[in-house]
Amino acid sequence: MDIFLQQIINGLVQGSVYSMVALGYTMVYGILGLINFAHGEIVMIGAMVALSVIQLLTGAGFPIFFILLISLMLSMIVCMILGYSMERIAYRPLRNAPRLAPLITAIGLSIVLQTLAMMFWGREYHSFPLLFTNDSVHIAGAVITEVQIIIITVALVMMGGLLILVHRTRLGRAMRAVAENPSAAALMGVNSNSVISITFVLGSALAAIAGIMISANYGIVHYLMGALLGLKAFTAAVLGGIGNLRGAMLGGLLLGLIESLGAGYIGDLSGGFLGSHYQDVFAFFVLIAVLIFRPSGLLGERVAERA
Amino acid sequence: MRNALKRFLIIDKRNAPNQKRLAWAAFAVLAIILLALPFAIDGLFGRGWVRVLDFALLYIMLALGLNIVVGYAGLLDLGYVAFFAVGAYCYALLGSPQFGIHLPFWIVLPLGALLACLFGILLGAPTLRLRGDYLAIVTLGFGEIIRIFLNNLNAPINITNGPQGISMIDSIHLGEFSLGRTQEIFGITFPAAHLHYYLFLIFTLLVIFVSLRLQDSRIGRAWAAIREDEIAASAMGINTRNIKLLAFAMGATFGGLAGGLFAGFQGFVSPESFGLTESIMILCMVVLGGMGNVGGVVLGGILLVVIPELTRHLAGTAQQALLGKTVIDPESLRMLMFGLALILIMLWRPAGLWPSSQRRRELIAPAPPSV
Repeated sequence: MDIFLQQIINGLVQGSVYSMVALGYTMVYGILGLINFAHGEIVMIGAMVALSVIQLLTGAGFPIFFILLISLMLSMIVCMILGYSMERIAYRPLRNAPRLAPLITAIGLSIVLQTLAMMFWGREYHSFPLLFTNDSVHIAGAVITEVQIIIITVALVMMGGLLILVHRTRLGRAMRAVAENPSAAALMGVNSNSVISITFVLGSALAAIAGIMISANYGIVHYLMGALLGLKAFTAAVLGGIGNLRGAMLGGLLLGLIESLGAGYIGDLSGGFLGSHYQDVFAFFVLIAVLIFRPSGLLGERVAERA
Repeated sequence: MRNALKRFLIIDKRNAPNQKRLAWAAFAVLAIILLALPFAIDGLFGRGWVRVLDFALLYIMLALGLNIVVGYAGLLDLGYVAFFAVGAYCYALLGSPQFGIHLPFWIVLPLGALLACLFGILLGAPTLRLRGDYLAIVTLGFGEIIRIFLNNLNAPINITNGPQGISMIDSIHLGEFSLGRTQEIFGITFPAAHLHYYLFLIFTLLVIFVSLRLQDSRIGRAWAAIREDEIAASAMGINTRNIKLLAFAMGATFGGLAGGLFAGFQGFVSPESFGLTESIMILCMVVLGGMGNVGGVVLGGILLVVIPELTRHLAGTAQQALLGKTVIDPESLRMLMFGLALILIMLWRPAGLWPSSQRRRELIAPAPPSV
């Protein structure tokens, strides 16, 4: 029982990170109908920048929350600039090009970002400093650490904030209008270019936070961490229904749960033939299964076919 | 290829017999160059470069296989290397001490290609209903799944030998005649690299021939129709699912074929050779050269094998000479170049360096305003 509960907690923590990244995919997809393939790399850059800032400030004797705040701010700013320039350089010129073109530039971008990060921060695994005491709370035999509690709280706050932004503000209305019909939105006086830029910037800021969260949870940062994370987050977005914000949140949490429960029990289920190192396979099977049986996702009403 | 050659030579159409003779002459020259190439390169640059040439041919085969999927049918496949892996591992498992099975290569090679074809159908059947970018992600996932399995299928039953890979794979041999060692034919000594070159050349020419014949066939036209407008194509009576599946299966078959040759040539396979990077590199060849144009894809394959090899040799020394230390290691430089090439080509020359005329029209013509 306690193992089951533990897996659920781990899954929720992991899932809330997936949700945050998936929101970035889903917002961009909702507005442009484009898979921002390089989004995972932004998560990685966010984590890397935060790592550097923390390493720089740790010796100076600042209080821990100050360090955390500064690193969060800086990595968000770097990622926002990155997201903005990415859209300007690689996606905007190709907005009317065939669908394959922006996807290929996105792959190119993701390779370039990975390589630059590798040149900057090196090939090795960095250990992400422990920011909080390793205190943990025991719930019915399962353990949840302080960091994990913070991760889930921050994720919930961020998602709530995003929902309010999109559904209650003027900017959010503009975003929804552009997603619905760009030309009609433009006729109504919405500057669709700036709305699209803002969408990229918002998604990148969320990605930066997600990057810090996942590195704080695992304590490890690596230049290749973004690729797989991005793929899984995309799976989460598809699972929930791509283009749908609530869907991305739900999909992320579900995927986290599926992964941790799957990895925890696959050994028993397959009689010891397959072990927990197949954890990464689940996301892909989920992705393929969703795309085959319900391509519009759990909450999506969009039809997948777009001529 | 011949058409491209004719266009290249700008031959007057009114002068038909002359033109034919010229074309044959050009062909003869090309054949002699191709036959003499390994000896010339061996003499000029050394044996290592002949091996580079062999790899270039392998990659050209792969790129042409992917070209059928991406270039002809317009389906973006980001996990193409999975089929390469299937072919390679099929050869490795059936021709190495791993299981003690040593089947001859003329059985294993077609078997590997067939198995890859089967995997192509297995992957394609459920996923080909998806729209382009979804398909790209699913194929990427498939590639990763294959790699994860290759990495982990060493316990509890050791099948793939895990991350260590399979070594001591039999060289490609026919009876007593092995390509793995130096042979003497008609008094000429052929080292192993040269022998592989000729074998790979034969297969590459075969793949080129099939690609060219397919392009203008009924199937090729159906692929082009699907690529341009799937709904219109199905309205014209094309069974889009089967035709797309065919593209997938054919691409996979070529991938499996190249994989088998790779395993026999290298004598060693490990999951590391079949990562996402390889898939991207093959895609780069197709995109850089010109999607859908056989000549362009061949050009792309040659460029992307030779240029990184050159930078590997030159970049280190150049940086040493200029800056006194190695700032960027050649491997990163190679990846950086791939990434930038993909972006820049898409922005400025979306149809590739040597585009097919049809693709050029398609990619450069303004899209209808979005509604």
